[in-house]
Amino acid sequence: MPGRLAGSLNMPDSEPPILVVDRLTKSFAAGKQRIQALDDVSFAVAPGVITGLIGPDGAGKTTLMRLAAGLLVPDCGTVTALGLDATRNSLAVQAALGYMPQRFGLYEDLTAQENLDLYADLQGVPKESRKDRYAELMHMTGLQPFVDRLAGRMSGGMKQKLGLACTLVRPPRLLLLDEPTVGVDPVSRRELWAIVNRLVAESGMSLLLSTAYLDEAERCQDVILLHEGKVLDRGPPARMSARMDGRAWSVLAPTRSLRALQMTLTGTPGVVDALVQGEQVRIVTTASGFPEDLACRPEMAGNTITPVAPRFEDVFVDMLRSRTENPQHPRLRPTARIEGDHAPRDEAPVVIKVNELVRKFGDFRAVDGVSFDVRRGEIFGLLGANGAGKSTTFRMLCGLLPASSGHLEIAGHDLRHAAATARERIGYMSQKFSQYTNLSVGQNLDFFASAYGLAGKRHREQLEWAEEEFDLGRYRNQLAGDLPLGYKQRLAMACALMHGPDILFLDEPTSGVDPLARREFWQRINALALAGVTVLVTTHFMEEAEYCDRLVIMAAGRILNMGDPATIKAAARSPEHPQPSMEDAFIKLVENAP
Amino acid sequence: MILQTKPFRKNGSMRLRALVRKEFLQIVRDPSSIAIAFLMPLFLLLLFGHGVSLDADHVPIAFVAEQPSADTRDFEASLLGSHYFSVVHHGSMPEAEQALREGTVNAVVRLRANFGERLRRPDGAPIQAIVNGVDANTARLTLGYLEGAWGNWLTRRAASNDKQLNTPVIMEQRIWFNSELKSRNFLVPGLVAIIMTLIGALLTALVMAREWERGTLEALLVTPATMTEILLGKIIAYFVLGTGGMLMTVGLAVWLFGVPLRGSFWLLWACASLFLLAALGMGLTISTLARNQFVAGQIAIVGTFLPAFLLSGFIFDIESMPAAVQAITHVVVARYFVSIVQTLFLAGDVWAVVLPNALALLLMAVLFLGVTWRKSRKRLE
Repeated sequence: MPGRLAGSLNMPDSEPPILVVDRLTKSFAAGKQRIQALDDVSFAVAPGVITGLIGPDGAGKTTLMRLAAGLLVPDCGTVTALGLDATRNSLAVQAALGYMPQRFGLYEDLTAQENLDLYADLQGVPKESRKDRYAELMHMTGLQPFVDRLAGRMSGGMKQKLGLACTLVRPPRLLLLDEPTVGVDPVSRRELWAIVNRLVAESGMSLLLSTAYLDEAERCQDVILLHEGKVLDRGPPARMSARMDGRAWSVLAPTRSLRALQMTLTGTPGVVDALVQGEQVRIVTTASGFPEDLACRPEMAGNTITPVAPRFEDVFVDMLRSRTENPQHPRLRPTARIEGDHAPRDEAPVVIKVNELVRKFGDFRAVDGVSFDVRRGEIFGLLGANGAGKSTTFRMLCGLLPASSGHLEIAGHDLRHAAATARERIGYMSQKFSQYTNLSVGQNLDFFASAYGLAGKRHREQLEWAEEEFDLGRYRNQLAGDLPLGYKQRLAMACALMHGPDILFLDEPTSGVDPLARREFWQRINALALAGVTVLVTTHFMEEAEYCDRLVIMAAGRILNMGDPATIKAAARSPEHPQPSMEDAFIKLVENAP
Repeated sequence: MILQTKPFRKNGSMRLRALVRKEFLQIVRDPSSIAIAFLMPLFLLLLFGHGVSLDADHVPIAFVAEQPSADTRDFEASLLGSHYFSVVHHGSMPEAEQALREGTVNAVVRLRANFGERLRRPDGAPIQAIVNGVDANTARLTLGYLEGAWGNWLTRRAASNDKQLNTPVIMEQRIWFNSELKSRNFLVPGLVAIIMTLIGALLTALVMAREWERGTLEALLVTPATMTEILLGKIIAYFVLGTGGMLMTVGLAVWLFGVPLRGSFWLLWACASLFLLAALGMGLTISTLARNQFVAGQIAIVGTFLPAFLLSGFIFDIESMPAAVQAITHVVVARYFVSIVQTLFLAGDVWAVVLPNALALLLMAVLFLGVTWRKSRKRLE
């Protein structure tokens, strides 16, 4: 398949583009403000290839997709799809293209077959050709055994494939997929990519696919990088990452704490990016070649530095860093209650004990016999797709949901009997950054401080700490609902840390935020862990698993494997995969699961 | 090489059939649709057919005769014989007043010591009736029944004594249309309007909002289906469901509750269809305003269901409302239909009532469906 991908890059330029976006601008009213979703965006999509529309949440991806499908009217500018104006000729455009919206557009109380029939009827697929088409689609998606299952009873990955099959009942010339891979497990993600690659290769279909996963950019032939409604860059991803050649390095530091090293390196002049990745620190430098002065720094002595291949994410981070005039490098001042001393991890006391935890909803076992221990100061990850049981486990750990059976101990308290006492020690940040959207930032902070029982001097101090630490002071009087996503995340974290908890639960904390905000977030997490705070985090970003000290991989309510990232990856080593990534390891575990 | 650009003209009937089939599959599988379309009507029917009654029956009253005599005993016996009252005999006035205060009786009837003597005088004997006025409706009914009972007793007495009663005119009551004066006969037909409002407006607004919420409408919009087809799919499905609700209500009204249907069933069907179209129009208009189920439900309940309940003449007589409220009822679609159903059930095909009201329903249906059609575009904004 790589050969084919490379080959199609050389397609003749003479073929007219299948989708042309010209000076497109679109804004929405949000309360008193107007949100500029797209700002003077222009690009063209070449026919017969996969074009990726890449950017974090709020970049304008969905708005662009909807404009292309004629579902929205632009403020100014035009979209031309298949040679037709998508705004004025929307019916004709809609009749000719295929579009899968974010939640796949399936009727949950209809079976897979009924959904297919509905869309076949709506698309005017002749009855006589249906049998073959259905067989083809079912073969492609592997859904044949599930045609009589209600769509609502399907897993995220199956819904995604069924949604795609419904969009494809009448093969369109242009296919728009809006974040088809968000929240589904890596196995389904890989399968989806295999399907769309085959579609494009075999039928000559053109595909525009939006995603917030930067690693997916590398699977596209052409990429449009969107950020805050503007096109940052566009072109073949290989050409974009080529700019980063000679700027990515792996630093092996056998004698040092990787986390401390990473924190020192971040913000050092000459370094764009530094990340802990398994047993190494991966850094990106501002220019080609490893800077002399950096190599001479005392903390680099004894380290092995080797050049590594650049990734697409490096491009984005580099571009964002050069745009931000005042890069934020948080220096976290630990909250008052955490003392300085922290023993090496293996000897640190166990603060979370989970034994044979089960949670049933009716006869469905959302969590099915989960056991693990977490030591003080550890960053412990729960990795899995949507529906794997991560959030349910979390809610039980926080005492928000009673366990059906099993034993749970937080900081020495049995959650069955002393949920309230245990809760004082923990901070919880939920998936949707659930602050009160119609209260201002200051009011939110004030409320959460009071809710945790802070009063008088300590209340005042903690509010000041939160505003300063998370740079929220300048947004004090703004409504939380109007904040940019990265700041919403900061506010949520500030609220969770307000009372100086020594155990922190973070449920999908980086979902949808841009890579800079994600890095900044992990910086804080590292600093907290160094200060002795125990951190539990759920994520469906495979690479984030690398930042954890130890993690469990979950699927269907069970733990498939547990250990530190290196061990988990090593278990997936095989002749074909000498250097397996976390995603490879995950896929292997899921495939081998009984 | 552009694809055939007008495929949306063809296959319209296939798309419409597919949309209608989809709606029915969803209705059958969604317990909340079934609950609103069948269980709720059944509950309302049983409640209004059996439980709620606006009639006063066996009203407890205290009877005080200050000097019992053959006359007082005769009058007391006539009260005891009526199913309107249950008489509690009290020896003295303070005792009876106490019972009134405690609420064990709703009224006190007092015959003075000189009752027998004054009865034989030309100007007749007065009786005293003290009624608990807290519940004005029951108080008025009780007073009316008492007056009736007293009048009847005097008439009967005069007749048996072969004496001419010195009343100049004798009123003889004859009640038309609902001769047994059963409030059930008047409430149950009105329920047809309430139930069709539930299905037509509330349920339709909810299911449309659900399509917005779940993102399925977004997927439908990017198919060759036209907005008219999408709307028609909903209208047809919920029209059938609403007609089912109407038939169930009418059937139960006639066979279970014995409400007479004096007018033409087909005329009722035709008017109900007009009303259902107007209700569907309201439901779909709401769904163009509110794209989440909670808000849509709130608007539908406050904007259609409560007015149909309170301002349509279903329970409360519009004529006896204050002028300002009466004016408001003219925009309540259900009022036109309630007056048609009540007439068709209890009076018969009175064209003078049915025609103008049916015309109003037609206008409302055209108005709301027109608004929906104008407002709904194949767009997300």
